[in-house]
Amino acid sequence: MTDLAAPDVLLQVRDTSRRFGGLQALNAVSMSIARGQIYGLIGPNGAGKTTFFNVITGLVRPDAGSFVLDGAAYEPTAVHRVAAAGIARTFQNIRLFAEMTALENVMVGRHVRTRSGALAAVLRTRAARAEEVAIRTRAQELLDYVGIGALGHLRARTLSYGDQRRLEIARALATDPKLLALDEPAAGMNGTEKVELRRLLERIRGDGVTILLIEHDVKLVMGLCDRVTVLDEGRVIKEGAPAQVQRDPAVIEAYLGRAHAPA
Amino acid sequence: MPPTTATSSATLGGAPGAAARRRRLVTTVLVTVLLLVLPLAAGWLGAAWVRTLAFAALYVMLALGLNIVVGFAGLLDLGYIAFYAVGAYTFALLASPHLTDNFPALALAFPGGLHVPIWAAIPLGAGIAAGFGVLLGAPVLKLRGDYLAIVTLGFGEIIRIFLNNLNRPLNLTNGPQGINLIDPVRIGSVSFDRPLDLLGLRLSSPQLYYYLFVALAALSALVCSRLQDSRLGRAWMAIREDETAAKAMGINVRNVKLLAFGLGATFGGVAGSMFGAFQGFVSPESFSLMESVIVLSMIVLGGLGHIPGVIFGAVLLSVFPEVLRHTVGPLQEQVFGHIVIDTEVLRMLLYGAALVVIMLYRPRGLWPAPLHGSVRAPEEAAGGGARP
Repeated sequence: MTDLAAPDVLLQVRDTSRRFGGLQALNAVSMSIARGQIYGLIGPNGAGKTTFFNVITGLVRPDAGSFVLDGAAYEPTAVHRVAAAGIARTFQNIRLFAEMTALENVMVGRHVRTRSGALAAVLRTRAARAEEVAIRTRAQELLDYVGIGALGHLRARTLSYGDQRRLEIARALATDPKLLALDEPAAGMNGTEKVELRRLLERIRGDGVTILLIEHDVKLVMGLCDRVTVLDEGRVIKEGAPAQVQRDPAVIEAYLGRAHAPA
Repeated sequence: MPPTTATSSATLGGAPGAAARRRRLVTTVLVTVLLLVLPLAAGWLGAAWVRTLAFAALYVMLALGLNIVVGFAGLLDLGYIAFYAVGAYTFALLASPHLTDNFPALALAFPGGLHVPIWAAIPLGAGIAAGFGVLLGAPVLKLRGDYLAIVTLGFGEIIRIFLNNLNRPLNLTNGPQGINLIDPVRIGSVSFDRPLDLLGLRLSSPQLYYYLFVALAALSALVCSRLQDSRLGRAWMAIREDETAAKAMGINVRNVKLLAFGLGATFGGVAGSMFGAFQGFVSPESFSLMESVIVLSMIVLGGLGHIPGVIFGAVLLSVFPEVLRHTVGPLQEQVFGHIVIDTEVLRMLLYGAALVVIMLYRPRGLWPAPLHGSVRAPEEAAGGGARP
């Protein structure tokens, strides 16, 4: 809703809409995510959070809307170009490459930033070997970074739930994203795991990666996010700092019903 | 990080430890010696056994190629034998009198007949098969599982039926009679259809072909293992595991799948052209659906996606029926004094029973990829733990 080229804005989404049959899942949703922030997207079930997420990551085509990523027009049309453009995501129900090792999972994340093709692989050229070593080294670094460096040789499906979440984040980070989009990363986590997750996300922000976070856990969102947008029935009902949002009558109503809203 | 001891032959590149390297060298030498001596030993038993071994090497190539599509990329392909057919017919047309006999213009252009040498015919067979692989791959990109299987099955049958009927109006394939008088493999002055005297040894024609096929199969295995441990190989496996997540990681699923179909078909094409040269004759009935199913059985039985397992499965399923052929008849005569069940029937019965038993007790195949710590420990793999 502000100017296109504000330099500190990483992702600008304007008036994006999407209808599924009779359901208006997104209704002219706009959002402006500043660089270096953890940006929260909350709302009750069915508010359109995941649809929004799928729109900006190319899984769902929007009916309308314009997108600017890092100062350049961004068309989230083909899913595989989204990662190249600089948006990496995780999934609400973890989607790892289950039979591959943890290290290999992260190595797949490097795909989009590397080049070797079939011929280079078969001939095992010097460049391909060097790239392979670089991929492996970087993948191991990322495993260490998220705190599962010792588990690289295990198959992804054998990892614990919390470690699988971490692995998914490491895999997303391997694409060198400008924006890391996390779909309910704390879902199903216990208290300790949530604290660790929070520490990890703060660290990622500290290292200069902007984060878009969909989350149900209001406490986590309020404590962690710099800005928050609240969706309800496909519409933005509030946008602002967590403290403001938390007190907003419309937000409270959306979550708890009219009776709880202050007059 | 605690050092782990997980090592296996499924290496991922990088420098293996000294002990592992020595073990690998010893294994390589032993296997090489075995492969070199095997046809000489089989020669004592009879030429049929040498032919069986040569065919086993061809099936290894086919299985390795199909393994790229089914094992690595997870795309069920029931029409794979079509690429074998394409390779065989390509070689047959380029190195037999068929085309010059039927097309006078060609006969004028090549008065000595078409005799394309193998160093040109093999790449051509491989290339054309790869083209057909992409041709099959393109329309089925969005299909998975059962639906993909049905379309590929149809594709395999379409190729066979074309070969069966392309003798009118232009006689391209000579229909069900097939193409005869295909040139044997010639390398330099050595023609593979005649025995060769080498260092006091007399190598028969099947033995020569055996050595050639084993060399090609070994090359195929090397290419496959390098592909598996590469950026492309990981992309294939990522698609196999979760296509949506693979896309979200920036993998161009369309291109990577087409590469799987194309590269897989290449192996089929090479094996097919060798089959044509070895037999001297090709006809559509060699490329039935049953053949596709057998090659698929080989890789599923051996261990889907695991190269040593795939090779093992291919050798086993191509040699086992021959062993049965030579044993069930005499065995019955010894036990009962006469043939109780027709040899051919009993052979297929036992073959089927063996498949069922193996799948019951080893559902992941006879020699699957190791379950845990399938790749080397991270320390070793990252080049001696040299990490910042």
